[in-house]
Amino acid sequence: MTLESKTPSGPIEERWLEHRDHLKLVAPNNRRKFTVIVVGSGLAGGSCAASLGEQGYNVKCLCFHDSPRRAHSIAAQGGINASKNYKNDGDSHWRLFYDTIKGGDFRSRESNTYRLAELSVNIIDQAVAQGVPFAREYGGLLDNRSFGGVQVSRTFYARGQTGQQLLLGAYQALARQIDRGTVEMLSRHEMLDLVVDDGRAVGIVTRHLVTGEVRSHAAHAVVLATGGYSNVYFLSTNAKGSNATAIWRAHRRGAYFANPCYTQIHPTCIPQSGDYQSKLTLMSESLRNDGRIWVPASENEERPPGRIPKDERDYYLERKYPSFGNLVPRDVASRNAKHVVDEGRGVGPLKNGVYLDFSDAIERLGRDAIEARYGNLFEMYERITGEDPYQVPMRIFPAPHYTMGGLWVDYNLMTTIPGLFAIGEANFSDHGANRLGASALMQGLADGYFIAPYTVANYLADHLGEAVDGRTEAFERTEEEIGERIAKLVAADGDRTVDHFHRELGRVVWEECGMSRDAEGLRKALEKIPALRDEYWAHAKVVGTGEEPNAELERAGRVADFFELAELMCIDALQRDESCGGHFREEHQTPEGEALRDDEEFSFVSAWEHTDDLANPRLHREPLEFELVEPSQRSYK
Amino acid sequence: MRLKLKIWRQEGPDTAGRLVDYTLDDVNEHASFLEMLDVLNEKLVLAGERPVTFEHDCREGICGSCGMMINGQAHGPHARTTACQLHLRHFRDGDTVQIEPWRASAFPVVRDLMVDRGAFDRIIQAGGYISVNTGAAPEANLIPVPRKDADDAFDAATCIGCGACVAQCPNGAAQLFTSAKTSHLALLPQGQPERWQRVVDMVDRMEKEGFGSCTNHRECQAVCPKGISIDWIARMNRDYLTAKVKGVERHHSQD
Repeated sequence: MTLESKTPSGPIEERWLEHRDHLKLVAPNNRRKFTVIVVGSGLAGGSCAASLGEQGYNVKCLCFHDSPRRAHSIAAQGGINASKNYKNDGDSHWRLFYDTIKGGDFRSRESNTYRLAELSVNIIDQAVAQGVPFAREYGGLLDNRSFGGVQVSRTFYARGQTGQQLLLGAYQALARQIDRGTVEMLSRHEMLDLVVDDGRAVGIVTRHLVTGEVRSHAAHAVVLATGGYSNVYFLSTNAKGSNATAIWRAHRRGAYFANPCYTQIHPTCIPQSGDYQSKLTLMSESLRNDGRIWVPASENEERPPGRIPKDERDYYLERKYPSFGNLVPRDVASRNAKHVVDEGRGVGPLKNGVYLDFSDAIERLGRDAIEARYGNLFEMYERITGEDPYQVPMRIFPAPHYTMGGLWVDYNLMTTIPGLFAIGEANFSDHGANRLGASALMQGLADGYFIAPYTVANYLADHLGEAVDGRTEAFERTEEEIGERIAKLVAADGDRTVDHFHRELGRVVWEECGMSRDAEGLRKALEKIPALRDEYWAHAKVVGTGEEPNAELERAGRVADFFELAELMCIDALQRDESCGGHFREEHQTPEGEALRDDEEFSFVSAWEHTDDLANPRLHREPLEFELVEPSQRSYK
Repeated sequence: MRLKLKIWRQEGPDTAGRLVDYTLDDVNEHASFLEMLDVLNEKLVLAGERPVTFEHDCREGICGSCGMMINGQAHGPHARTTACQLHLRHFRDGDTVQIEPWRASAFPVVRDLMVDRGAFDRIIQAGGYISVNTGAAPEANLIPVPRKDADDAFDAATCIGCGACVAQCPNGAAQLFTSAKTSHLALLPQGQPERWQRVVDMVDRMEKEGFGSCTNHRECQAVCPKGISIDWIARMNRDYLTAKVKGVERHHSQD
């Protein structure tokens, strides 16, 4: 199968409109004849389900939570980008596009990224109309702040809870459609498999997380909006429930998986404090606007931070990158933090962090101004660490946060399985090898509000008059397979918990396929992961049955899928014998230690096809062509 | 540190529950409350026993999934903190900690500490939104919003829908939750067209869901992890009364 990206040509600013003008339509009176399943209710899924419902489609939306409002988009803190140029500082769609392409280290499609920039402004309009309480200036107009990797202020925010407020906007739009009966909300349902019949996605199989009922749902199209896979590392900033099962099962059914090794390690998280730790907590990147990052100039520094004179501190980002300073992109900030900690200059009881210091900003602007900007983040930090960041510098360290990789999709956000779409973090599309801050909310909502509703209709238009039927052989077979898998998982009666294995897996992936990678380590990981996976199936222990609420069983299935995905990540990382963005291969760096791309050999999207042998997936390459921007060595000096 | 736990165990909505004693001899004081339950659950699993069912997800205090009565207090002893953000350093070595699910007739127990909060979703579905279809929005800066109004709306909008307010209320009332949403939207110019209808429909739905009445105990405000003020309840009551005086009737279709 050849990959057809369906990327339009022509002047960049006209591509999406031109493309949209030629997508097929479904007439209003025919829309209710189509059933569309949307899996996930975060920013991408919630906005997509609501928008399709408004248009009159028959939508089924699923989430594994008790309420669609709890999806992990809710935890996004910092903000959402839009090229409104309200600050009159030279912003434009072009600049947002350019920053995103450059930030992604020239590993994303120009057409997709430009469309994202173009739609960013509509998202802000939509959110404001829904009542999202963005920060405002005294004149009553919207406020902006700046974020890493850019030189304009284009980030809209709602204190440190932008994700929550945007999600509530989408959730409320969804609630309105549930009330109107266009969306059927299936809470506490987990998708366990995709049903493919005659090469097309025709539905899914779910498990009800309270009763355990396994059930088929037939549809004309399926949209996956199930987020990313950072929890493969066990410790990440993702919610505990975030998982890759939906996209992984779809991959096993034929959807290609693109760039699995592109993972983002976020620079500003609270360092790990012990073995009991269940997750890592992000401190918004916006803190880098006013906080200064430093470590002691020398190793073996024992003094508390306040006692270390300024000239014995190393503000290493300001020193190495004078023009961007503390606001370099995430991958650069993360690698530099790792570097100074590896040198033995880490801070805190475990020497596993760097300082993020607000004392200068407090002196300059006053405590009240800092409190107004970051109050809730400071509170959260204090709750977790027991330290007051108004008095002592925060301690931060990078942690897995976002995955740029995901299901391969064409310009219409359709996967390689006709009728199966992937939106938001679940797809691979817009961020290349590194995502810029405040771009995830933008992409999720652009996909859900303004792209999928058009492109899903385009697919449906060809299937008018076709009935859906959940009792075909394909459904029965898939249901049976899921039944067998659940039976196998609940029968697991070994001597170690699922979490034990998940931690072990996470450790391997973090060590060998985390902030930096090399061929030797990746080869080691590719031996360890399958061995550990075999051990998992032989020695994990799950209690309880499949016919009741059973969190252990849920986790056991998700971890089994993470084991397979982890192997693909390492295969991809090994194959990509260059550094780019978040994928940093030790063998390929500039004399200054920056990521060194190899455009000759690797200017392509790696799209992996599942085969019967997990160790030998088939690689397909989608060449990346740059007509508008010249790929260059990123420089933030 | 060492903790003695008394945890409510209940198989299902129709079975009787009881408090069961557990002891953890060596938990780290820097662990979070839910991490302590993780430690307990791993021990239970290895012993072949059914782990404690509790809801959780983000563990950053924002998704609203977790919620439990800890020594009789919703989310435990630390003000403005969800159970997931509560750390064991707020307890003393040797303490006994009693953990129970939310207790409210509108939130039936599903299992152990997990309850059904679907009623909250249904209150929002009754009108907790602004009716604007995707694509129909005007330019974002067309309507200025006085900063004070925007800030107040934000304060009300920070509700995470955890249900602590209901659980702590002696009457099991949902006024704090409902008024936070009606007020968030009523404070914004975009929310005006549906303001009166919204408050009538949401209050009506709230009553139908079996929540109790508000008799000003103020417990809700005291335990709200987001510090949502009972002032919003007064505001909702005012709006409700105004709507009634205006003759607004419930138009909500689904009963």
